[in-house]
Amino acid sequence: MTNSVITGIVATFDRDNIDTDQIIPTEYLKSIKKFGFGDFLFDGWRYLDEGRLDMTAEDRSKNHDFILNKEPFTNAEILLARDNFGCGSSREHAVWALRDFGFKAVIASSFGDIFYNNCFKNSVLPIKLSKEEINHLFEISKSPSVNFQIDLQRKNLQFGHDSSYSFDVKDSLLDRIINNLDDVDITLKHKSDIEIFEQTRRNQRPWLFDYTN
Amino acid sequence: MPVTLYDKLWDEHLVETDDTNESLIYIDRHYLHEVTSPQAFEGLRHKNLKPWRLDANVATPDHNVPTDRGDSFSAASIEDEVAKIQVVELDKNCNNFGIHQFDITSNKQGIVHVMGPELGYTLPGMTIVCGDSHTSTHGAFGCLAMGIGTSEVEHVLATQCLKITKLKNMLINFNGHPQRGVTSKDIVLHLIKLIGTAGGTGHAIEFSGSYISSASMESRMTICNMAIEAGAKVGLTGVDETTLNYVKKHSNLSDSMFSQASEYWQCLTSDPDANFDQTINIDVSKIKPQVTWGTSPEMTIDFDADIPSQEDVNEASHENLLLAKSYMGLDNLKTLQDLSFDRIFIGSCTNSRIEDLRDAASAVKGRKISKDITEAIVVPGSGMVKAQAEEEGLDKIFLDAGFLWRDPGCSMCLGMNPDQLKPYERCASTSNRNFEGRQGNLGRTHLMSPLMAALTAVNGKITDPS
Repeated sequence: MTNSVITGIVATFDRDNIDTDQIIPTEYLKSIKKFGFGDFLFDGWRYLDEGRLDMTAEDRSKNHDFILNKEPFTNAEILLARDNFGCGSSREHAVWALRDFGFKAVIASSFGDIFYNNCFKNSVLPIKLSKEEINHLFEISKSPSVNFQIDLQRKNLQFGHDSSYSFDVKDSLLDRIINNLDDVDITLKHKSDIEIFEQTRRNQRPWLFDYTN
Repeated sequence: MPVTLYDKLWDEHLVETDDTNESLIYIDRHYLHEVTSPQAFEGLRHKNLKPWRLDANVATPDHNVPTDRGDSFSAASIEDEVAKIQVVELDKNCNNFGIHQFDITSNKQGIVHVMGPELGYTLPGMTIVCGDSHTSTHGAFGCLAMGIGTSEVEHVLATQCLKITKLKNMLINFNGHPQRGVTSKDIVLHLIKLIGTAGGTGHAIEFSGSYISSASMESRMTICNMAIEAGAKVGLTGVDETTLNYVKKHSNLSDSMFSQASEYWQCLTSDPDANFDQTINIDVSKIKPQVTWGTSPEMTIDFDADIPSQEDVNEASHENLLLAKSYMGLDNLKTLQDLSFDRIFIGSCTNSRIEDLRDAASAVKGRKISKDITEAIVVPGSGMVKAQAEEEGLDKIFLDAGFLWRDPGCSMCLGMNPDQLKPYERCASTSNRNFEGRQGNLGRTHLMSPLMAALTAVNGKITDPS
């Protein structure tokens, strides 16, 4: 199966530095699973009460002013934010929460480096645009709700009838999303190269091996 | 061509680069903890794989462990059932796969970034990764160290490599001698204030200059630790005598192995005239003690400065400022001196090493914590730091002053264990992140040095540490 087009409702988060602690608070990092984080996405903003891992959105007291609690944004698939989205903690749970909620793409003027990498492992596309372009997208997203269409092959974001921005993203990273590739499988194709490298290293830097204290 | 330290480390570990410029980088050391590893081990099982090289991995539980464990505590004693599952799972995974773990009963257990260097698992010139963004700490040893996500934890376990693209180089020169009362924490907070939390994004930051040369390994670790708060997942400093002395003392390499290694380690500095994409020079003698006022580490001011108002920032930042002030309960306050504190936290991978505890103890010796403070805790970074502090009598100083003296762990830095702020409590904290809810739902965090936090404990307010 390939994922080459993303079309969806845009939810806007008009602030800088949305850190991964906001995307998913530490309480929910106690799960040992890789799925099931959608109900805890933006937990501190989304609910009025404190949650626990064994609760669902239905059990909680919702903040009805929060965008993801309003229709049609409960079905949003594209998130639009400002600068430095996903900064802070390396927790991949932040991407798992976005993915489990239903987000397929995040658009921002910059991203935390670790978050950015984590996105591609989980089929969430991070799109970097200039601050001017982001400003413009916020402007046009003011109407009750808008849909964007993202063409992954053409690296193109379409909004309105005939307006679009192109974006830059590494082909190899994009390929992971389009073709659902797994990094471990890709790397293990180079198994013998790694073995040779490691043997040389073992000879040259012996203190790095078999150390215990 | 002269090259930077980061470039040297990169080249040394480069297995290969593909035609899209992604590279396989060999990983020498992989630290694991209970929170970001279970799904990675599950992935290995699912693919029917084993760890590539067992001796590269070292594990310890740190993020969610209780800190009032006392003696004869085991994983089974953890009251929070969900947290217990993670600690038990780490035990199980380490046992099943054969990974060396300092478990919750070990007297060496600690915050992985404190424990690793003091046991000699961090050695100069290594590539080091961990599913934790503060892995940049180990860059203080001339290492290429960075935080990774759980998919990458699985990838490193399975292949001993990381698939990444090269970062740009940034040089921060810290020159001069700091004023009395100014510590490495103040210096790195000042930097983050200056360049912002995205200032180092896409870069490896090398810290250099006369201040770094004169700084202890503990201080260098504090600075590299917070590189990620300036947006850089890699922070590092060159190897010198200070580095080698620390490693000699803390590792148990044989003399011959140490001297063979030292010959190589001594070349782990940037070449003179190496080219950096960006260079910033900072005179540390002009830096005052720093305290954060807001909900991002860049929201930092001199301890005696006015809290910024809308007029002080550009229009694009108005909304961020208002949201932060409202969250922090600062709407009508002018300076940080006007604040009353409820809680004190001395600990975290940023500031829980022996030097930090000595600094803090010096400020509270013979004094009592303010009666406005409802709880003040000291959480040593590791079993070894705790033992050393007790040998020096620091625990007595803290206990006499009214602090609680705890067992090692990440504790209130992120509030995954029972050490959490209650809603609206204000905390003077030596940790690294003042994000909303970081130390507990609706809690209010002010980041500062151990010295400043200790003074805040005894005075109940921010005061001049000089």
